[in-house]
Amino acid sequence: MADLSTDFVGIKSPNPFWLASAPPTDKEYNVRRAFEAGWGGVVWKTLGLDPNIVNVNGPRYGAIWGADRRLLGLNNIELITDRPLEVNLREIKSVKRDYPDRAMVVSLMVPCEEDAWKFILPLVEETGADGIELNFGCPHGMSERGMGSAVGQVPEYIEMVARWCKQNTRMPVIVKLTPNITDIRYPARAAKAGGADAVSLINTVSSITSVDLDRMSPEPMIDGKGSHGGYCGPAVKPIALNMVAEIARDVETAGMPISGIGGVTTWRDAAEFLALGAGNVQVCTAAMTYGFKVVQEMITGLSEWMDEKGYESVADVTGRAVPNVTDWQYLNLNYVAKAKIDQEACIKCGRCYAACEDTSHQAISMSPDRVFEVIDEECVACNLCVNVCPVEGCITMEPLAAGEVDPRTGEVVDPNYANWTTHPNNPGAVKAAE
Amino acid sequence: MSNTPLTPGVVAGRLGPEDYDKNFADAYPPLDPHEALVAADRCYFCHDAPCIAACPTEIDIPLFIRQIQTGMPKAAGKTIFEQNILGGMCARVCPTETLCEGACVREAAEGKPVKIGHLQRYATDTVMGIGSHPFARAPSTGLVVAVVGAGPSGLACAHRLAMYGHDVVVMDAREKPGGLNEYGIATYKTPDGFAQAEVDWLLGIGGITIKTGVRLGRELALAELREDFDAVFLAIGLAGVNALRAEGEAHDHVHDAVDFIAELRQSPDRRQIAVGRRVVVIGGGMTAVDAAVQAKLLGAEHVTMVYRRDRSRMSASQHEQLHAVSKGVQIITDATPLRVLGDGAVSGVEFAYTSEGADGLETIGAPFVVPADQVFKAIGQKLEAAPGGLEIDGSKIAVTGSGRTSLTGVWAGGDCAVGGDDLTVTAVAEGRDAAEDIHAELMAASRVAAE
Ligand SMILES: Cc1cc2nc3c(=O)[nH]c(=O)nc-3n(C[C@H](O)[C@H](O)[C@H](O)COP(=O)(O)OP(=O)(O)OC[C@H]3O[C@@H](n4cnc5c(N)ncnc54)[C@H](O)[C@@H]3O)c2cc1C
Ligand SMILES: Cc1cc2nc3c(=O)[nH]c(=O)nc-3n(C[C@H](O)[C@H](O)[C@H](O)COP(=O)(O)O)c2cc1C
Ligand code: SF4
Repeated sequence: MADLSTDFVGIKSPNPFWLASAPPTDKEYNVRRAFEAGWGGVVWKTLGLDPNIVNVNGPRYGAIWGADRRLLGLNNIELITDRPLEVNLREIKSVKRDYPDRAMVVSLMVPCEEDAWKFILPLVEETGADGIELNFGCPHGMSERGMGSAVGQVPEYIEMVARWCKQNTRMPVIVKLTPNITDIRYPARAAKAGGADAVSLINTVSSITSVDLDRMSPEPMIDGKGSHGGYCGPAVKPIALNMVAEIARDVETAGMPISGIGGVTTWRDAAEFLALGAGNVQVCTAAMTYGFKVVQEMITGLSEWMDEKGYESVADVTGRAVPNVTDWQYLNLNYVAKAKIDQEACIKCGRCYAACEDTSHQAISMSPDRVFEVIDEECVACNLCVNVCPVEGCITMEPLAAGEVDPRTGEVVDPNYANWTTHPNNPGAVKAAE
Repeated sequence: MSNTPLTPGVVAGRLGPEDYDKNFADAYPPLDPHEALVAADRCYFCHDAPCIAACPTEIDIPLFIRQIQTGMPKAAGKTIFEQNILGGMCARVCPTETLCEGACVREAAEGKPVKIGHLQRYATDTVMGIGSHPFARAPSTGLVVAVVGAGPSGLACAHRLAMYGHDVVVMDAREKPGGLNEYGIATYKTPDGFAQAEVDWLLGIGGITIKTGVRLGRELALAELREDFDAVFLAIGLAGVNALRAEGEAHDHVHDAVDFIAELRQSPDRRQIAVGRRVVVIGGGMTAVDAAVQAKLLGAEHVTMVYRRDRSRMSASQHEQLHAVSKGVQIITDATPLRVLGDGAVSGVEFAYTSEGADGLETIGAPFVVPADQVFKAIGQKLEAAPGGLEIDGSKIAVTGSGRTSLTGVWAGGDCAVGGDDLTVTAVAEGRDAAEDIHAELMAASRVAAE
């Protein structure tokens, strides 16, 4: 049986599934139930200084749905905890005492002044918590007050605050990054420079989920008006995966522990984050959608998959796919594939035809009796037909063997790797030594 | 009172009042909005979709389903009505498993087609629920067309002509318009007076006058209609029934299934309708199924449907057959009636088993008797009182193209004309297409006249 236990910057937990700092971790009652359900750890809902902030008293969430009202994306305008600091600290202490084997990380957001951090860090330490996470990510409400993503968008601030924390506490420091930035490597490098032990990402993506077309207001609507919020859930996973991978393969930050967050909904999502360099994952929306019990599917699924693949520990999986993440210019231009339609599996819906004929390369033919076939002379292997086909596995991409002629170009497939950097059409191509 | 399914003979009131309500309620209740979204979501929006080709009225099914998906059931309804103004009835009565849903690629893929019929009902109910009519008439052309027969074919033709600005007079021999929508279709497929509500809604286009109780061949003559109107469309259905041609057909309690069904449809109180304890229905089509099922729903103890050929030849679809069996109807195939037994009242029917021989059906083995105190004949309807002068092809009015008969200025469509399956939806398609042709012809003629 695969060993799911993890040691993330010295913080031990029985499995790599933590609840992200959010409503599920906002109070003792929730966190106890989460631990009973099997979650490996929690990042407590972000604490701030008193007086405690207030939330709106109307809807906080907007959503995007897929088939059968499956929730695909959630957007929120909630702020950090709206309960007094002292109450949260007392509860953290009580839960940690009863669940010593679970990870208890406390998320913090206080003003960018060293005194504020000096004030709060000892209080958190006193609860017996295992670590802190600096919330530099929240894109709404707090950022207007110079906190949250307002800090996360300025690498110098990140470095400065991380350093203050490292200087003022023995607890490991995780810096939570905002995706609302053009290049995620800069804040990650700053966190590292400030001495942070790890980064976690992503926090929510600035968004408006929908507009009420009767009231002409963004949703969620508060008394006729709406504000941008933070987007999370399955819809943001691709954004998060890319950002995790960028940090994992950046020479300056390579090897720095990463806690992967953003749209983790199943064991498979978690495995993908791990493969791209995460040491564990954090989950918010999936728990908010389905309840704490989802972790049981994640634990059993990950464990079974690891057994099948022969991975013994989570650390075995971490970063496995990172060497295969590269830049476009290094992709092999001598690799040639063609789409192939399995006529047995085809249900003749014609979607591949409409997609290719109308919007791509006119590389699929349609006969009067609805037989759809790929025209190799036209197919550029773009994969669109595969993506729009409703039958999984019906259309596949078949590579041509070296030496075969590509009917589209009439050229023989070269067995050697060659990329854009040396391509004749590239004005900046590096000439091979003469 | 207190009759039960076991009471001998032919009696009314075999069931409790609530049983009648339950048995004759909507057999396939409508989808609620969420169910509709889930069902709509399964549509793949196929290219050149096979379901469209399989619908005799060629409704743009993927488009209307996508309109439901995007929260626009009214637009969906309009997409349907543009092709098929009786889309509401069709959604309830079409044998979808052999039409649109039979062609659905998800039927091929997983045996579970998109619920096109249900979705069509959802969209059309939404539009009809609004009350106002979704189409507007073109300016009046001053031309007047006679439509004989107010069934689905006649109504579809009349609506399309009215939309183009022609005035239309629809004449029907019966007391109410609707044709078999009103007098034939099984009660549980179209409860709550839907057929009349649909006619009223359809007339909302304006320009259509309905005259009932007037029969071609009695009050009306084709020659006069041709004189008085700019064009004539005949949609008189199949008003006659085939005879059994078996001894004893005249015994009491031997009826035509279509009469029994019409009586049931028109009855204000189903408790008053007498039904046998043991019922035999002879035939293998939709009419036979409807008579058998409804006899069962009225409380008959034993209902046996007997068809002379094998199951694959029955014109009732497999879905209909299963429906009958699920209601407790016994189906016997490959047996032909020899004699109706009885002494005054019927007591049973003697059948012989059949096999398909070189010269058609042959009887084989010893005859057997199915006891019965009521017998319904459902062996097919036929054209009756076709006006003289019209060319007949086989047993129906000969037509070419979009319903042109051998007489100029006279079109025909629906069950009375050759071609098409005898279905509501084909009747609608033929009525609509004839209207398009009539319109084109009348416009061309008036252009010539103007020059
Ligand atoms: C019992 C039964 C059940 C059926 N169930 C289904 C079903 O579930 N689904 C399906 O798709 N189809 C079903 N059908 C078939 C369907 O009802 C017909 O195909 C369809 O109604 C034909 O339409 P129509 O307009 O051609 O004729 P009809 O609906 O028959 O209408 C003809 C009209 O013409 C009138 N008429 C007749 N003769 C004259 C005359 N001489 N002068 C003036 N008016 C005249 C009649 O009174 C009638 O109103 C069923 C048929 C029967 C009998
Ligand atoms: C209602 C709500 C409140 C949140 N509050 C916080 C917060 O206080 N601190 C924080 O660091 N992240 C907060 N987040 C962000 C989540 O911790 C997490 O980063 C994000 O939701 C992405 O993960 P997911 O896709 O699994 O939900 C919040 C998210 C939601 C939905
Ligand atoms: S009219 Fe009948 S066949 Fe055509 S789509 Fe509607 S239900 Fe299907």
